[in-house]
Amino acid sequence: MLDIEIDGRLVQVPAGSTIMDAAQLVGTYIPHFCYHKKLSIAANCRMCMVQVEKAPKPLPACSTPVTGGMKVFTHSELAVAAQKGVMEFLLINHPLDCPICDQGGECQLQDLSVGYGAGTSRYREAKRVVFQKEAGPLISMQEMSRCIHCTRCVRFGQEIAGVKELGMASRNMHSEIQTFVGRTIDSELSGNMIDLCPVGALTSKPFRYSARSWELSRRKSVSPHDSLGTNLTVQVKNNRVMRVLARENEDVNECWISDKDRFSYEALNSSERLLKPMVRVDGALREVEWNVALDYISHALKDVAKSHGAESIAALASPHSTLEELYLLQKLMREIGSGNVDFRPRRRDSSTDGKRAGTPWLGMRLSEIKDLDAVLVVGSFLRKDHPLFAQRLRQLAKKYGEVSLVSVTSDDPLIRLTEQISVPPQDLVLALAGIVKAAAELMGEAVPAGLESGDACEKSRAIAQSLLNGEKKAVFLGNVAEQIAQAGQLHALAAELCRLTGASLGFIGEAANSVGGYVAKALPTGLNAYEMFAQPRKAYVLMGLEPELDCANPQMAVAALKQASLVVLLTSFKNVAALDYADVMLPIAAFAETSGTYVNTEGRVQGVAGVCRPQGEARPAWKVLRVLGNVLGLPGFEYESSEQVRDELIPSGTEFVEGLDNGVELRIQSIGSYPSGLQRIADVPIYFADSLVRRAVSLQQTKDAAIPAARMNPQTLAELGVVVGSRVRVRQDQGEAVLTACSDSTVPAGCVRIAAAHPTTAALGEMFGPIDVERA
Amino acid sequence: MAILGAINPMLTVGLDGDNAWRLDDYVKRGGYSALKKIIAEKTPTDQIIKEVKKSVLRGRGGAGFPTGLKWSFMPKYFPGDKYVICNSDEGEPGTFKDRDILRYNPHSVIEGMAIAAYAIGAARGYNYIHGEIWEIYKRFEEALDEARAAGLIGKNILGSGFDFELFAHHGYGAYICGEESALLDSIEGKKGQPRFKPPFPANYGLYGKPTTVNNTETFSAVPFILNHGADAYLEAGKPNNGGTKLFSVSGHVNRPGNYEIPLGTPFATLLEMAGGVRGGRKLKACIPGGSSAPVLPAQTIMDCTMDFDSISKAGSMLGSGAVIVMDETTCMVRALERLSYFYYEESCGQCTPCREGTSWLYKVVHRIEHGQGRADDLDLLRSVTTNIMGRTICALGDAASMPVQSFVKHFQDEFAYHIEHKKCLVPPEIQRAGSGFFKATV
Repeated sequence: MLDIEIDGRLVQVPAGSTIMDAAQLVGTYIPHFCYHKKLSIAANCRMCMVQVEKAPKPLPACSTPVTGGMKVFTHSELAVAAQKGVMEFLLINHPLDCPICDQGGECQLQDLSVGYGAGTSRYREAKRVVFQKEAGPLISMQEMSRCIHCTRCVRFGQEIAGVKELGMASRNMHSEIQTFVGRTIDSELSGNMIDLCPVGALTSKPFRYSARSWELSRRKSVSPHDSLGTNLTVQVKNNRVMRVLARENEDVNECWISDKDRFSYEALNSSERLLKPMVRVDGALREVEWNVALDYISHALKDVAKSHGAESIAALASPHSTLEELYLLQKLMREIGSGNVDFRPRRRDSSTDGKRAGTPWLGMRLSEIKDLDAVLVVGSFLRKDHPLFAQRLRQLAKKYGEVSLVSVTSDDPLIRLTEQISVPPQDLVLALAGIVKAAAELMGEAVPAGLESGDACEKSRAIAQSLLNGEKKAVFLGNVAEQIAQAGQLHALAAELCRLTGASLGFIGEAANSVGGYVAKALPTGLNAYEMFAQPRKAYVLMGLEPELDCANPQMAVAALKQASLVVLLTSFKNVAALDYADVMLPIAAFAETSGTYVNTEGRVQGVAGVCRPQGEARPAWKVLRVLGNVLGLPGFEYESSEQVRDELIPSGTEFVEGLDNGVELRIQSIGSYPSGLQRIADVPIYFADSLVRRAVSLQQTKDAAIPAARMNPQTLAELGVVVGSRVRVRQDQGEAVLTACSDSTVPAGCVRIAAAHPTTAALGEMFGPIDVERA
Repeated sequence: MAILGAINPMLTVGLDGDNAWRLDDYVKRGGYSALKKIIAEKTPTDQIIKEVKKSVLRGRGGAGFPTGLKWSFMPKYFPGDKYVICNSDEGEPGTFKDRDILRYNPHSVIEGMAIAAYAIGAARGYNYIHGEIWEIYKRFEEALDEARAAGLIGKNILGSGFDFELFAHHGYGAYICGEESALLDSIEGKKGQPRFKPPFPANYGLYGKPTTVNNTETFSAVPFILNHGADAYLEAGKPNNGGTKLFSVSGHVNRPGNYEIPLGTPFATLLEMAGGVRGGRKLKACIPGGSSAPVLPAQTIMDCTMDFDSISKAGSMLGSGAVIVMDETTCMVRALERLSYFYYEESCGQCTPCREGTSWLYKVVHRIEHGQGRADDLDLLRSVTTNIMGRTICALGDAASMPVQSFVKHFQDEFAYHIEHKKCLVPPEIQRAGSGFFKATV
């Protein structure tokens, strides 16, 4: 620790701190633009000049390390003169038209110019003009004349997003921030550049010129998308969500949010919103009043229960639902007498159900990731499935943490990987078994029974070694590892690997309430999500779900729904496909319109309040379920608030839920031969992952929202005799789709990568399984 | 250009025009003896650095920083690579000495770098040569081939166990790449932009490793110091200003070119060597150390001796030793306009005061030259330069400001005349009669 003096105040700061760090410690504000605590130091704006005793000239606070006994003056005459001088330079070429600038009112340059700018300009030459750039559907680069060249956006791309999509071209006063020629900004974290831009150069395309910052009320919320539970600030005007920004929470999302979190709000005002309950009358869905719809459901459910037994009723919820919704849905079902309830629609394998020691979770706190020495991620499209989780691993890898990835494709996660193994999905178990075997051999332990014939290849050994070397290490199972048919075996193998290496086992989790669903007890005591369609039921209650897009086998799910006599959909959107099979559609409040709780992947309980009224006659799903319980005459549905529902599960004020445990009592099976033949690999594209993002207009214009193609290794293409760019017919069971063939060397040979969760592929079957491809 | 004259030469001794640059000639002149001696005797590195310190060899690139001291900053027991870099990115207007060293005596640079590498413990070096002198880059590559073939660079030099790989690297002509940290970025394949300091290259240089960057002429002087001793070098100059220096004399003189003279030689002697002011005209002003050095009026410069301390005392800088001579036919506003244009154009655009300030300076001077000056323009120029100086990441901001400050200071009446009368104090016909030195106007 060093003793220094800032503006006459003594402070102790750790050695290696900068003056800026020290100033923040004592709460002294030093004006700055290019400095950002999460980005590398650039020291290029020169706004943070301060006076240091014995230094002949002012020094930039952001890049000057403190030395013992240093005396700093942040507001002395010399410091302020330097700061004012820089402000003048920044303003000479900056348009002084704040009233028509979209950033007006929330602009760092505007704010600081009040304190450091002159009343009039001494600059009477022509101002610089910078042409607008096209950067894609999310970020507007229309006003690049406003840029002050702080390079925060450039550094964000390089350091946080992991990909340099913006750079500063040219030199002198003609320097310009721009994309690579003809390219756009496609990173899944790109929206943060808008927040980082201290001026109105990079602005949000969807939000641009739709409201002024001072007209918006700021309300806290939590992202309903991925399992991180990103903290959000939702900005509302006239009961309409206008914009979503990051809410800083160092332990969860730091100060970032993904584009999915930021721009999905557009779906709230989608024309597809379901605004009134609908009931099938004479073969067509008609709008009805709430009481009519609820009576209808009540009678129909009772009828089914009476004539076919309660076990012929099944309920399936989206894992993006709130804890309260999931809890009430399962309560409703169990009160009716059916145990057919689940919240894991993409789960194929349920062999671990009933054999788990507790609620599967990340195995550690998110904030502990940065301290890991070695990480192995199994079965994940890391960047697209978990943008911010991947970002944490990216930072870890930068700090010499060893990150390895074993998955079904060799997509570039933009992380410095120690090793990467990509195998066809059916071989994922083999690959992990190889690592387990390698670890056992390295430890001098007996190879677990059944794995003797495993192939501990060089890469497996390297991964095992990296896990053994480190002090703190973890094995994380991703979405693919939970979705494939061998999920249970992967779990058991990963647990064994962790036992051998001392690593901690974790599930990254697919959705906002992937942990919450377990806490809410929304688990089957009867048929699980897969079985309830494999063994068709008479009645289905589906909440927040689009079965043809969200299920492990959409073909099978839709067939089951079509034969059912009653399908009740609690949904925020008028789902076109559902018009075929739904008998009742109840409009439920979407994200931001309802209160509720999310339990994120680290078990953190985050409650949210509704920030605006639901649209039309939509009602929060917990209220709908509560009233449905009343209409059905079920006991225990007297809740007055969502908090009351939550209190039944988690005591108020709980920060982290209890009962988190990734242990499993499942024997490792001997490795056998797995089916050969062409296999499908299905990713869930980032902007088709849930019903909100599917309707977010701007996100749907990004490259990540492209229509799925049949992506194959050049070798596979050659074997099939398919030409790149030609149309191919892909077939699984009874369903088929016609797609464009595309060459992609990240896909293992013998596999076809065809995205799930998209209407063009909804007719297909299992996400991972045999598939036929022929020329169309 | 060529080397046109010398007094007690050290760097250019024995050079015979363009015919003596090859390895054989260099060895005949006693070349590589210092390197051979060091690696044969395994001279302790401290001793070499001590000798260089004692010689008071000051950096010849412009800043005049003591070379021995710079070498001593290199961490001694650093595990991993260290680098020695030669800065031949000679981009300062008026400076053309390094290219003549590389053209006529490239092996002196190679030997100097090898000695430096030995002294600081580097196994790898780069010579960054700027892009416009392609034939010289090629010649240096040839010289490297010769040295490599003779086992003077490469692995296990002359069986001593000392490894030193040296490579030539050419830039593309950006002035800013002559700034040492921008040069390092440029070698790394990045856009050449200065890094903020600290950390200095000695701690965090090329690829983040300890690095020493010296000027071509500095390296070229090292073999002499080790062959003849620090005292012999120091004696040639004057106290605290050791050795000889190459001066690139340009402008209104009869024989523009490079001249090697001991530091401390009177300016008058140098001017005389260069054949005096062209056409027998009167000397008006002189920029003694490259375009970024403050200009000195005739009477001041005539009293100076050519060494770091004397020029500094007179209010300018010896810099790189580029002596730009201007006679009475020069319009100082026009001269400054051209200089300001250079700095405006060559600012890298990274930090605010330089990016915005250099263009502002140029625009104002341009306006004055073109008869649109305003009464408060001189105050504005002074104020803008004050706001740039000392507030930028690298010294380019200072380099752009010093000419403006000094021109306005020493030739205020000419600027005032321009603003008031919308024309030059020096009539155009007299300017035309002078020479085409400042022909380009933009």
